[in-house]
Amino acid sequence: MTKKFEFSVNGKAVSVSIDNEETPLLDVLRNELGLVGTRFGCGLEQCGSCMVLIDGAPEKCCTKPIWTVAGKQVVTVEGLGDAKHPHPLQQTFLDEQAGQCGYCLSGILISAKALLDRNPQPARAEIAQALDGNICRCGSHNRIMRAVEKAAAIMRARAAQ
Amino acid sequence: MNAPLPGPLNDNPNLDRWVTFSSAGKVTVLTGRVELGQGVLTAMAQIAADELDIAIERIIVRSGDTEKAPNEGYTAGSQSIQFGGVALRQACADVRALFLDQAARVLGCDVSELSIRDGRIFRNGLSTGQDYWTLSGAVDLTVKATGGGERKKVANFRSIGSSSARLDLPGKIFGENAFIHDMRLDGMVHARVVRQPNRGATLGSIDESAIRRAAKGPVEFVRHGNFLAIVSDNETAVEAGALSAATSVTWQNVETPAPTQQEANWLLQRPVVERAFGAPVVGNPQNRERYEASYTRGYLAHASISPSCGLAVYREGTLTVWTHCQGVYPLRAALAKTLKLEPSSIVVHHVQGSGCYGHNGADDAAADAAIIAMQRPGRPVRVRWRREEEFVYEPKTPAMVVKVSALLDDAGKPVDWTQEIWSPTHNLRPGAGGNLLGALALPDPLPEPPPNDVPEANGGGATRNAEPLYNIPAKRILHHLVIEAPVRTSALRGLGAMPNVFALESCIDELAERAGKDPVEYRLSITDDARARAVIDKAAAMAQWKTDAPRGTGRGRGIAFARYKNRAAYSTVVVELSVDEEIRLHHVWCATDAGLVINPDGVLNQLEGGIIQSASWVLKEQVRFDNGIATYDWETYPVLKFSEVPEIDIALINTKDEVPLGVGEVTAGPTAAAIGNAVSHALGARLRDLPLTRDRIVASLLRE
Repeated sequence: MTKKFEFSVNGKAVSVSIDNEETPLLDVLRNELGLVGTRFGCGLEQCGSCMVLIDGAPEKCCTKPIWTVAGKQVVTVEGLGDAKHPHPLQQTFLDEQAGQCGYCLSGILISAKALLDRNPQPARAEIAQALDGNICRCGSHNRIMRAVEKAAAIMRARAAQ
Repeated sequence: MNAPLPGPLNDNPNLDRWVTFSSAGKVTVLTGRVELGQGVLTAMAQIAADELDIAIERIIVRSGDTEKAPNEGYTAGSQSIQFGGVALRQACADVRALFLDQAARVLGCDVSELSIRDGRIFRNGLSTGQDYWTLSGAVDLTVKATGGGERKKVANFRSIGSSSARLDLPGKIFGENAFIHDMRLDGMVHARVVRQPNRGATLGSIDESAIRRAAKGPVEFVRHGNFLAIVSDNETAVEAGALSAATSVTWQNVETPAPTQQEANWLLQRPVVERAFGAPVVGNPQNRERYEASYTRGYLAHASISPSCGLAVYREGTLTVWTHCQGVYPLRAALAKTLKLEPSSIVVHHVQGSGCYGHNGADDAAADAAIIAMQRPGRPVRVRWRREEEFVYEPKTPAMVVKVSALLDDAGKPVDWTQEIWSPTHNLRPGAGGNLLGALALPDPLPEPPPNDVPEANGGGATRNAEPLYNIPAKRILHHLVIEAPVRTSALRGLGAMPNVFALESCIDELAERAGKDPVEYRLSITDDARARAVIDKAAAMAQWKTDAPRGTGRGRGIAFARYKNRAAYSTVVVELSVDEEIRLHHVWCATDAGLVINPDGVLNQLEGGIIQSASWVLKEQVRFDNGIATYDWETYPVLKFSEVPEIDIALINTKDEVPLGVGEVTAGPTAAAIGNAVSHALGARLRDLPLTRDRIVASLLRE
């Protein structure tokens, strides 16, 4: 039996009709809403490729049933910014060339965003700890952490203005 | 007479296989090399920008396409720039020369008066109104390359040698449709394969209703021999259905690897093909002192961050396949054999996936999609492996035993070196036929390929880097190619180079210690190669190497060197770490000489990645067996985390007049050995078995 779920994605109200209310949010984002920026990595909540913000908190959404997000606010990597208006994190990731294959980056950007939202001046060790739930297999870790530090500095400077 | 054409250009001589001017203001550059996250397409664009005198923004790079792009075999072995890049350079230089000839005809002048700036033709420095696009209608690029186009002098490079931002990164950072996983075709169905546990296993019962219940949505079954797939237009349903197949589908003739088979030493008593290279085997006629040590490395997974994915559709007699594999032409050949089609009726397109680091499940996932598509003509099929499926069924890099036996002179330097290797194959790539996983389940599967390994001409497989580069009068390799492994084995980043360099550079450290020499000094005393000396000197200087640092303090430093394949890039790595019950990496310094560097930042990125991945292999990784493969997710197969990576400093020794050399694999061996040497320095005890687990560290401390 088809059920309707209403929530918001990147600030826009969405409504999806779906038979199986256990369908993971990740499948809804990718297959129903065409938002493919959130990647599938494991389906086990282990690798962090599917990280999104749900009501501001970073969550792995590959096993999160759609019914649990009804009425909530979801932010995906597409909601951070785009080529014309990049989020400071996206800009510094480009500046630092922080990535190799790039498959993990959507989830890492979201984890980093959540970190900077709660801690505008994280130490390197705090950045590492915040990203330990995200796996990067190519070995871009140091560039990624450098990019997060630089984005934090930009965001602090903006906030001070 | 021009010099012979670079190999790939000789194989694909028509210039329109490399360069076309199809739209105004743009040039399409084609390459047989594919993007695997290593940044190769950006480097190719830089090469074309310089040789065509055109802004890089005007360049569109197309790669890995059996309809259009050149056939360059596999993107592997750190050879893309060294061979593919050099071929593209010459192709572009030939194209540029053809356009200058045509411009001279149109303008009624001599070619020597002409120059090109950003695609526009200038005569004695003045604009002519002509450019690549006004002239392209009259320049026939279907002609064959001659090698007559003059390549740019190093001093005139503008793009080559300066860091260029990766062309593919923005799409990945903005969450765009960037990967094969993101492709959606009209009318497409999703599929998951219920994997045959091993060659020869046969399907027993299939509880279709249980699978349908688990799927919570309509699914179909596609069966062909022992190949079984679950198909639906709903991806959630096929994923759930496939997960339930573990208990809803039974198999007969199942073989599972046992825990005893997981360690490398199990290989020592297996049937082998004997291979020998180098100096003839002699005894010890001068009764010299002999030093022997044995080193091992377990099976490793590629562990790509995304499970493999493939798409296919069979329509009007043509099979079209999309894949993130390393070689679209070899995959086409293997699919033709498997599906009994002519290669000319198969088109294979490369679409980016996540980093593969070698032969992972990509070819197999493409074959799965192709097999299902042939059973459902007209229907586009997307197969995406499950995480567990990738870990369990991807080809593993083989376990290896490497035994070094060295005869020493009175000063403690080696005069005769034997490196003896036990290893299954590093080459199960699909091109050989009979290797595609899904094909093993089809009726009348192709026979297993005969035992083989990567030819020495391609750098060898298990024998890669088994010969020290040092001055040793007699060197030989004895390779026991183990015929049957408990799991499928194939190529991972560097192939045998990592275990071989780990063994020989550990042994060199042991010999230095035995001779009472500093490891840096000892290495320099047995090498004359100026480029080798330069990277050893540089890395030691960067790390402020101290010759008298005490051993056994819990904190240690180690150094190791290799020239990849003994004929590509040179690299030295120094590692500083501390050990209590576990190993904590603090700092890595690396000096690398890769000849002419196309994109310095791209090279640094690859070297950093190679160092971190090798550190992960050494500290954490081993595929384990327990009634099957017991490492099936990120908890059972952990890799290095953000909080565990060391600081890394890298220096490039930019030898601009030397051939450009690939760097993806060069640090794998030196990093592994430098960690081993640093652990030995920190503990005052030598660990010779990888990975360097807590259990092994504790055992070594108890032995002391």
